Parts: sequence; C-alpha cells; structure tokens
Amino acid sequence: MLEIKDLHATVQGKEILKGVNLIIEPGEVHAIMGPNGSGKSTLSYVLAGRDGYEVTGGRIIYEGEDLTELDPEERAAKGIFLAFQYPVEIPGVPNSTFLNEAVNAVRRYRGEDELDKIQFVKMLRAKTKELNMSDEMLKRAVNVGFSGGEKKRNEVLQMAVLEPKLSILDETDSGLDIDALKIVSDGVNALRAPDRSSLVITHYQRLLDYIVPDKVHVLARGRIQKTGGKELALELEKNGYADYAGEEAA
Amino acid sequence: MSATAETVEQVKSISGEKYKYGFVTDIAADKAPKGLSEDIVRFISAKKREPEWLLEWRLKAYRRWLEMPEPQWSKVQFPPIDYQQYHYYSAPKSDDDRPKSLDEVDPELLATYEKLGIPIKEQEVLAGVAVDYVFDSVSVATTFKKKLEEVGVIFCPISEALERCPDLVRKYLGTVVPVADNKHACLNSAVFTDGSFVYIPPGVKCPMELSTYFRINEMNTGQFERTLIVADKGSYVSYLEGCTAPMRDENQLHAAVVELVALDDAEIKYSTVQNWYPGDEDGKGGIYNFVTKRGACRGRNSKISWTQVETGSAITWKYPSCILQGDNSVGEFYSIAITNNAQQADTGTKMIHLGKNTTSRIISKGISAGKSDQTYRGLVKISPKAEGARNYTQCDSLLIGDKCGAHTVPYIESKNKNAIVEHEATTSTISEDQLFYLRQRGIPEEAAVALVVNGFCREVLQQLPMEFAVEAQKLVGISLEGSVG
Repeated sequence: MLEIKDLHATVQGKEILKGVNLIIEPGEVHAIMGPNGSGKSTLSYVLAGRDGYEVTGGRIIYEGEDLTELDPEERAAKGIFLAFQYPVEIPGVPNSTFLNEAVNAVRRYRGEDELDKIQFVKMLRAKTKELNMSDEMLKRAVNVGFSGGEKKRNEVLQMAVLEPKLSILDETDSGLDIDALKIVSDGVNALRAPDRSSLVITHYQRLLDYIVPDKVHVLARGRIQKTGGKELALELEKNGYADYAGEEAA
Repeated sequence: MSATAETVEQVKSISGEKYKYGFVTDIAADKAPKGLSEDIVRFISAKKREPEWLLEWRLKAYRRWLEMPEPQWSKVQFPPIDYQQYHYYSAPKSDDDRPKSLDEVDPELLATYEKLGIPIKEQEVLAGVAVDYVFDSVSVATTFKKKLEEVGVIFCPISEALERCPDLVRKYLGTVVPVADNKHACLNSAVFTDGSFVYIPPGVKCPMELSTYFRINEMNTGQFERTLIVADKGSYVSYLEGCTAPMRDENQLHAAVVELVALDDAEIKYSTVQNWYPGDEDGKGGIYNFVTKRGACRGRNSKISWTQVETGSAITWKYPSCILQGDNSVGEFYSIAITNNAQQADTGTKMIHLGKNTTSRIISKGISAGKSDQTYRGLVKISPKAEGARNYTQCDSLLIGDKCGAHTVPYIESKNKNAIVEHEATTSTISEDQLFYLRQRGIPEEAAVALVVNGFCREVLQQLPMEFAVEAQKLVGISLEGSVG
C-alpha cells in the first residue's frame, strides 16, 4: 500500500524528516508515536502534499506510484485521506455542500459518473446513520462553531463518505473526552477492511486502546527510532519518550 | 465563413474562450451617426416618436450635461471619455415593424439569447419568467404580457409606456433621479433609448418575477437604458436584471438609470446579476458601467430591496440607494462585487433616512483578486426628523493574492440623537489552511477558491430569486478563474 523510503523533508529550509523508512501493507493499521516536535505532523503533511513541505530526498511510493510530484487533490482522489489535528472552518459553506463537492471532484478525477443530488443525499444519510450522527451537522457551515469533539467527528464523517484506501489520522485524539474518543474510534474501526490501511499519529497510548494497531513506530529526531507491536505503545506510556529524546526534542 | 463565425473564432483564439459570452450577432442595425449633439437628441426623440414634453426634457438634460463636471470623488481611474466616439442610437432594423410574436423575431437574435443561456421559449415554459429583452436599445420581445395584463400590471419597454400610459411615465420619470443628479445620469436623461417600465396597481402582488436581459451588441454603442418601476399602494414586485456584453477591445460606455417608487405598504425587490465584459487580463477593453440606481420609499411601511452581483465590467461605478421618506419604510442593499485581473469597482449604497422609524440594512461582500482594486463606498444619512431610525451595515472584504486592493469608505451622517447606526467591517484573505483542507478532500484549487468565496457571499446569494442564485454561484467561480496558482 505505502512504502516510504529514506524520506527527507524540509519546512522553511529546516530539515525535519531525516530519512524516514516505513512500509504499510494493505489492511494494516500502523501507529506513529513520538515526542512533540519529532516530525509527526510534518510526516502527515508531506504525505498529503501540502505546499511548503518540501521533499528533499527519498521517495513515497503509494500503490506502486511515486507521489512526490502530485498535487494534494490528486493524492486525495487516489484515496489518501488526512484527518486533521485542527480541522479548518469554511464559513458559509454547508457541510453537505462541501461533501458533495468533494465526492464528485474525486469521482470526476477517477473518470466515474458524478452522483446526482438524490443519490448523494441517500448515500450521505446512510453514512450519518452508520456513524450515529445527526443530520443537523450537515446543514451547518463546515466546522464553524463546532466543538472540538464535533470537529473530529466531522473528520470521521468525511472519511466515511470518501472511503479512502489510506487514512492518516493526525493526533485525532487531541482535545477529545473519552466519549468522543470512543465515537471517533468506532468510526475509524468501522472503516477497517483488508484493502484499506491507516496511519494513526498520536502522542498518547490512550487512542490505541480503541484503535488497535498492527505495528507501532517511534518517531523522534526526524527518524523512526524503533518499531514494534502494540505492546510498544504500553512501554512508551510507562517510560515516556526520554529514551528517544535527543537535543531537538521538546 | 460568416462574420459571426469569424468573430467567434477570433474571440476564441484571443481569449482561450474565457469570456463565454464574447460573440457578435450580425444584424443590420439602424444607427444614429457617431457623436452627441442637440441634433442627435432630436433624432432619438423623433425616432421614438416621443411627445414634445419629453424632447424638451431631454434637451434640458443635454444642456445641463454640457456644463456638468465628471464625478471625481470615486477611486476608479480611466482616461477621459471621448463622448463623440459613440453611437447614441442603435436599433435592430425592424423597428417600424415590431414583431408581434416570438415567431417573428429575427432567428439570429433568438440564437444570441440562446448563447446567453436564456432561450426565450424555455424560459417561458420552465421558469415562468416574463422577460423584456433589451437588445442594444430597443426591446424586441415581451413575453407573458397577457397574464400580467389580467391583473393590471404594466410591463413593457419604456417607449411603449409613453404611448400606453404617458401620464404615469410623466408623473414619475426623473422624480427619483433628477435630470442633473450627476453627469452620467444626466447623459442618460438626454439620450436614453429604452429600458423597462413597470407599474403594479394597488394591492396587486405581481404573479411572476419580472426580468430583463440587457446586452450591448453593436460596436461603439453606448447603452443608456432607463428603467422606471412604480409599485402602487400595497403592491409587490420582484424584478431581475441580467447583463452581458460581447468582447471588444475598445471601452464601451454604459450609463443606465433605474428609478424605483414604492407607495404606501408597497415592496420592490430589485436583483441584478451584472456580467458585462470585464476587459482582458491586462485591462484592455471592457465596459464602463456608470449606473445610477435609486429607489424612493415614498409611502408608509414601504420597502425597497436591492440585491446585486457585480462580476463584470472594466469599471463599475454604482450606488443603488434608497430614500426612506415614508414612516416605517425599509431599505436594503445586498451586494457581491467581484473584481479580478485589472478590473476596478467603486460601489456601495446610500440610505437616506427621512421618515420616522425607518430602517436600513447594508450587507456588502467584496472579493478582489488579480491586480484589481475595489472600494465600498456607502452613505448612511439620518435627517433630524427621522426619529427612531436604525441602520445596520456590514462590509466584508476578501482578498485573493497579494496584488489586489480593497477599501471601505463608510460615510455616516446622523442628525438625530435617537438614531442607531451600526457599522461592522472585516477584511480577510482565503487562508492557505482552507485551501489545503479542501484540496486534501479532492477539490481542485480553483474549485476550492470558488467554494470559499461562495461561502463568503452566502448571505447575499440567499437573497436572490432561485433561478438567479444558481447562475450567480456559477458566475462567482467563472469570474475568479485564473486568480490563483
């Protein structure tokens, strides 16, 4: 599904990723943990193709194709989804309009027929029902006036609607109380399938009680320092990141 | 290759088909010679077989116009206008033999409207809109006349109204926008060739949206239409106006006047989607849109609401205003102005509170992109007698890129201690965060910009009648093409 080879990336001229290697097979859930400032969010932005996050070395191979030259929207259309740590507000644009635009943009890119209004609404209703979300959320402007929990649930809804092959969750657990955490995790787990993979980025082990990973990686000082099973997360919870903290870590 | 096809080809090659409405219809026109003089004013009046009083009115305007200075206070910049280079009268040949039905209308003319996306027949059937088409200067087809006549609504070209109900026209013409209001309006008074006249009798709710499509076709033609809408006591009307013009390298002048009169308990809703040719990327060509629009809420509890979506024209100079004379009358102004490339716009409104408990509401959304420059200019004036007057103004500017400008110039004059005047203004940009978020969901950059801008304008778009709202939303996207990346 995804193969990251010796990835180097800079932000505003500063090298943040210094040779990341990672392989995610279809159906797998990987967790990336690490101290603040270790490059976790940078990795997610680099994978999504954000402007200003420059790849200076190495490759990102997704389904056999090098992604580095592709625009964010092209990567999205190919099935890469990033759940944002801080979802962005789009005033005046109803959630349903936004989702409709996104779904049809992706379908157009893939050469599929666009969904008409009725087909789209039907699909959307089914998804909100599946996720136990109220339709009221669809009428509100994207993330405007949403609580922290609502914003994250909205990310999960978008994920469910777009059905990505590779979901990257960037600190989705930050700012969530335990109930919200459970709802979000249920949503993510519902998407688990043999042909879909997830990369869960988190600072705390707590989320991994709900989204159980196949592999856990420790990212620190711009590199994967250690890889293990889900027990590695527990170990980190106990010992902290002190073992991995170099001079650059906060 | 016909001249039309040739032009279309030419336009395509120059513009990369960016301005969709850039085609020219090949119809032999009946034109006045170039230039402006008393003789031309007489020619126009004679052509239209006007009564003597109107000729005198025009001549008076012409003489005033000669002496009046150009308005200098706006922020727009352009070289001096050579008024002698324009034709002040242009009508499709068949003026003497007006078409009695759509079947008699020149098929090429109908094809023009089809290219504009407003096939007459389709509109008749689907939209239920009565459209008074203004082609260059003369209205060529008025639909749904019968249905309107049944309820006593008069909706016809103003030249026809002069024959049908001269007293009504004479009673109201020039009473809201006086002949010498400003140089552009004065010119219009001297040389106006057509436009719509609407009269809604007391107590009648107009059974459909009334609509006029204006289009400038002839080369070097100024378009000076004059619209007069009178809503008698307790009546209601919603009027839509849409504008496009073919592409020309030279600047064309459009100096229209719109006057609205609302009597006791009457309401007029006036919506405009203006998409005149804006000129090319470097600012060559395009329409000078110098328009005077004003409504008088003469009666108690009357209401006038302006909604405008201004995306076209090289220069827009336009301030649809309300004079709130009647007690409890209400004035509203909802505006979206989009400027891209080298476009300039100086637009806003005036709310003049004269009556007691008058209220006004101004919502202005300005979007500047490219190297365009835009100014919101608004006056809220509360007279000493306007006890309990209230105004709320909200001006939001959105900047796209770092070479455009947005300016907000509110004037507030309150001479009444009890009046409440509120003004809110914001300036923002489309953030990189927003664009990345939308693009990450698969929405390409230009569509993402259009989505954010449509969201920004939503409050105003919602004011538009359904059939216009869809068109306006698309227009927002089209106008901003090439503004990012």
